[in-house]
This record gives sequence, C-alpha cells and structure tokens, in this order.
Amino acid sequence: MDIHEYQAKKILSSFGIGIPRGGIAYSPENAEYKAREIGGSKWVVKAQVHSGARGKAGGIIICNSALEVAQATDKILGKKLVTKQTGPQGKIVHRVYIEEATDIQKELYLGLVFDRSSECIMVVASTEGGMSVEEISKQKPETIIRSKIEVAVGMQKFQAREIAFGLNIDAKLISRTAEVIIGCYRAFSELDATMVEINPLVISKNEQILALDCKMSFDNNALFRRNQVSELRDKAQENPNEVYASDRGLNYVSLEGNIGNIINGAGLAMASMDMIKLAGGEPANFLDVGGGATPEKMVKAFKLISQDEKVKVILVNIFAGINRCDWVAEGIVQALEKIKIDKPLIIRLAGTNVEKGNKILKESKIKYIEASTLEDAANKAVFALKKLEN
Amino acid sequence: MSILIDNKTNIIVQGFTGKFGSFHAEEMMKYGTNIVGGVTPGKGGKKHLGLPVFNTVKDAVKNTGATASILFVPPEFAADSAMEAADAGIKTCVAITDGIPSHDMIKIKRYMRRYSKKDKMTLIGPNCAGIISPGKALLGIMPGHIYMQGKVGVIGRSGTLGYEAAQQMKNLNIGVSTSVGIGGDPINGCSFRDVLEKFEQDDQTKAILMIGEIGGPQEVEAGKFAKENMSKPIVAYIAGLTAPKGRVMGHAGAIVSAYGESAVEKVELLKECGITISKNPSVMGETVKLVLNGKKIQS
Repeated sequence: MDIHEYQAKKILSSFGIGIPRGGIAYSPENAEYKAREIGGSKWVVKAQVHSGARGKAGGIIICNSALEVAQATDKILGKKLVTKQTGPQGKIVHRVYIEEATDIQKELYLGLVFDRSSECIMVVASTEGGMSVEEISKQKPETIIRSKIEVAVGMQKFQAREIAFGLNIDAKLISRTAEVIIGCYRAFSELDATMVEINPLVISKNEQILALDCKMSFDNNALFRRNQVSELRDKAQENPNEVYASDRGLNYVSLEGNIGNIINGAGLAMASMDMIKLAGGEPANFLDVGGGATPEKMVKAFKLISQDEKVKVILVNIFAGINRCDWVAEGIVQALEKIKIDKPLIIRLAGTNVEKGNKILKESKIKYIEASTLEDAANKAVFALKKLEN
Repeated sequence: MSILIDNKTNIIVQGFTGKFGSFHAEEMMKYGTNIVGGVTPGKGGKKHLGLPVFNTVKDAVKNTGATASILFVPPEFAADSAMEAADAGIKTCVAITDGIPSHDMIKIKRYMRRYSKKDKMTLIGPNCAGIISPGKALLGIMPGHIYMQGKVGVIGRSGTLGYEAAQQMKNLNIGVSTSVGIGGDPINGCSFRDVLEKFEQDDQTKAILMIGEIGGPQEVEAGKFAKENMSKPIVAYIAGLTAPKGRVMGHAGAIVSAYGESAVEKVELLKECGITISKNPSVMGETVKLVLNGKKIQS
C-alpha cells in the first residue's frame, strides 16, 4: 500500500527526521491561509498524488507570495497529473501540500527496501539526490552506497555512521545524519514498511538535515496489525476497478488490452495472459479469483470484467483441484444468471471432473465457446476478437 | 525414493481442528498420507478425525514420532507456529497459509539459524500448494489424482499452474517423483535452488521441471547453481511475459522491481545457464518429454 508524501513526512517526523514546516490544503483560500501560518517568504505547492516525478508534470510550483500560493493551488487542484509513473490515465489531485521553501546546500538520496536475495533490509544511499535511483545507478553508479541490515539485531550506530561518512558529510553533521538513517530504519521495521525513500534528503544552507520529498510503501499482508497505517489508504488514487476488486477479495490488475480474463491462481493467470499474447492478443486485465474459484467469487469476477469497457472478449480458465469442475461449472451458470454478458465468452475447464463440468455448461443456457487446452483457449479468444473486428 | 516425504513419514497437522485444517487433513488421509495427529493449543487430549490432538508441537512429536508437519494457521499466528515446529524437531514443515507479513518470514528464517544444518527444519512455502510424492504421500492441498508416479521432479511457485503441468505430463504418460510448491511470497522458506539440490541427490528423479514467475532473484540463482552443480536436465517456464513493471501480479512476490526480474530477462539468464526453456505454458509437458528422450532443444 502506498501513501501520500505529506503522510510519509508526518510518520518520519515522528521518528525524529527533520521536515520543512508545511500543511495540507484543499482549496486556494485554505492554501493561502496555510502559507501565512507557516510564515516566511517563499513556499512550494506540491500536488499530493501517489507518484514520483510530479515536478516535470507540473505538480510542483514554487511561489513567492501567499497570493501566488493560492493561484498555484487553484491551478493544481482537480488537475489530472500524468507522470512517468502514473501511466497515460494519470491521477487526479485532490489535495496539495504547502511547504516552506528550503535553501539547499547539498542533495542526497536515501532509500530502504527489502533485499530478497539476502533477506535483509537494505539501505541504499548516494550523494546524487534529486535523481531517481534508477538514473543514479545508470549515470553515477560509483556514488551508490549499500548496507545490509540484520533484522534480528536491527541497525547499529556504526552502520549508520559508515553510510553518513560515505556521503561525504561534514564531520559535525555526521551524528545527526546517522540519527536520520536510524530513524528511517526504525520506521521501516516498526511499521511493516516495504519501502522508505527520501529523495532528496537535503542539508540546508543553515545546516539542517531535512526530508524534502519522501515515499513510503507498506506490506499489505501486515495491515491487520497496523491500523494507523491502513487508515492512510487513499482509494481515490487507485484504479476504481482495482478498488472494487480488492474490496471483494479478488486479485486484479487493470491492463491495456481488450481480452478480459478470469482465472484461478496467480501463476495460471499470468500463464494464460502469456498465451493470449503469444496468440496475437492483448490481455485487458490480470484477475485471480483464488485457487478455490467459489461461486461467490465467480459472480464478483464476472461483474468486474463486464463493467470494464475495454473488454471485447472474455476468457475463463479454471483448473479445478479439490473444488471440482462440476462445482465450478455450476458456479459459472449461477453467476451468468445474475450477470448478463453479451460478449464472446470462451471457457476452458481442466482438472477434477472436467467432463461433468463441461456437460453442465453445455446443458445450460449459457452462450459460450468451449476450449480444451491453454493454447486452444487463447487461440479461440483471439479468433473471436478478430471476428468482431472484421 | 522421493524427496522430503514418503509413505512412512509421520505427519502432524498444525491448526488441525479448524475448518480448513480438518478438510485437508481428511483429503490427505484419503490419499494415504500417514497423518498421526494434530496440534491445536487448548484442545490437547481430545480426538479429532480419530486422531489425537495435542496442545504443543513438542507433545505431538514426543507421542507420535512425527517428523513433518503442515500449517493451516491464520497469517497472524503462522510465524509463531512455524518456529514452534522448528523448535520441536520437525524436519519438514509445509506452510499453506497465505498472507504472512514479510517481516515475520524474515523472523522465522533468522530464528532457524540457531540450528545446525543437520537439525534445521526445511520450511516449504508459505502461500503454496505443498508437497506431493505421487503414490506415497500428500502434504498439501493439491488434487492427488492428476499426479502420476514417475521420474520428473517439479518445483513451482503457483498451485494451479503446477496442476496444469502435472496434467500435461500425465497426458503424455510422464510421472512425477515429487512436486514441491515453494509459494508466491517474496520471502519464502525453501528456494528453487534448495529444492534442486535435493532432486540432484534423489535416485528416482531423472529430470526437473521448474515453474517460475516474474519477481525476485530465485529462479536465476537456481540457474547459476544448476550450471555448476546439477547433472540432471532441467526444463523451466517463467510466467508473466505480459506483466507490467512495478505491479504485484496476485502473488505478493510477483513484482518486477529490478533488472533480471522480468520474464524475458529471466528466460535469457536461464538459457545462459544451460536450462531448457518451455517456450509457452501449453508445452511444459512436451518440453519435458523431449528432454527425457535426450533431445536438445533450440529455443
């Protein structure tokens, strides 16, 4: 789960990391008031969307008066921000963050992630803050410092100091930088985060260490014990179909193609999408209804796919184990009594009691095309699509 | 032989009396698995499915001689149960549970470092279909009848895609020595490499099918290990050709975040390690057949 920049700043600040003074605003008037409250003579208005690279997309504006803050807010609020990370559909800005501007002396990069290879928490730092970590590793790989943290004992002070010295920080600022690094580590491990990134972490002209921009992501599997984190979820930032799916226990990712698919199991779903691609089509989504493919889940899945306007053809591929094809077939029949589908439908059942399952489908009123193998299903889906297009 | 389990392995079920645990315990017993009891804290001394229930894994091990266990414990308590199994001397533990936090998985693995290699439990999963040694024992949730006994070792992350492979092989009259589901989580117990090592030592296994997917370094690490250490031929399929970067595809671990984690990159890197690639998921069985017949495949 991702959260907004201002939320991440609030969290990191509670772990002792310095942040510029700032406040959230929902209207230009609100923003102007906030700017005066914060004080100073220069502010930054920042669009709050779940994406990096907001500056290039016009989501960050520097202002020299409270009036300018109001104007900038007016410009950004309600705008659809299209960045490299949001995809072409963009994300709508519903709130802005007003922050005092900082005079920067030095920009650094600091990130913490899980390292799946060593199964440790990895700290990644660089003197080249402001660029994305991908750009840094391409352009200035020699500046990257990596440090593996053993989770059983947590981060040690010397490890944080080593990173700070590696960043060529002035000796008198070393211990404060080390505190920032340890604070990030604590936030990561105490809140079940999967990513903490401060970019840039700056040293200001008056020698303060401040997080100018930051991002945090959290482990969805751990939200049950992190109420204060779950509350920060902003569903307006997510694809509406994906929100609909996740609220109903379906694993769904919206994609660009036009062959919708309903599959049980994540691996089989990815494999079926691969077959669609190899057959010359493009999947409209990833959808895993869970290994069991229960009738309730099938109803929800058909509803979800039928409300996706890009979908022209639907492919259902269920490999039934203990759940049996006849039971799955009955579930499909029930689902299609409730949800009307007027698009070509290809169904492939496999596994336990496959003959019985296919018989139930054949004897029902459902209009569909039966497929026998993964390849057959994908070919028939693409063929049905081509027939529609001609 | 087979790996990890056979018809003589004494097995207990953790989370025995729950709905899920009961259902699958019965299925495993029907398959002929030697289930000897179960553990549900607070229900010790009772009988369930005609078998004794214990309060602790230690009690169960002491009274039944169990050496393997299977976990049907909710994610909140699963890490605790896995560590309890390790501490009680269980040798093979399968965690079926989906949704264990990554931080908890790391904790389990650190906890197990206290044991010497010979005393260390092999943890399979979590978020997996389990293990089956066809004709001998089932320590998982897969449908036993689609697996034919034979000489191909199977390792995969996904349950249903593994069933698909077993079915394709059965249709071609190819059997399985043992099939191991290592699960779809980013941090898991056994890796592809760990299971390859066990198959290399198993007499029954003549070839291996590895079913991987996008995300993480494990498939490529297994490939590098195989290049140096494996004499048996390996076929691999990597799912997720169409998966976009940075999105989680169902499995918590199925996300491309670095170089070498996409399907295309993994396939290239595995080819360099001398592994035969099944070019699509519909020909996993056929590709294994060709390799078993000693054919070299140009892909």
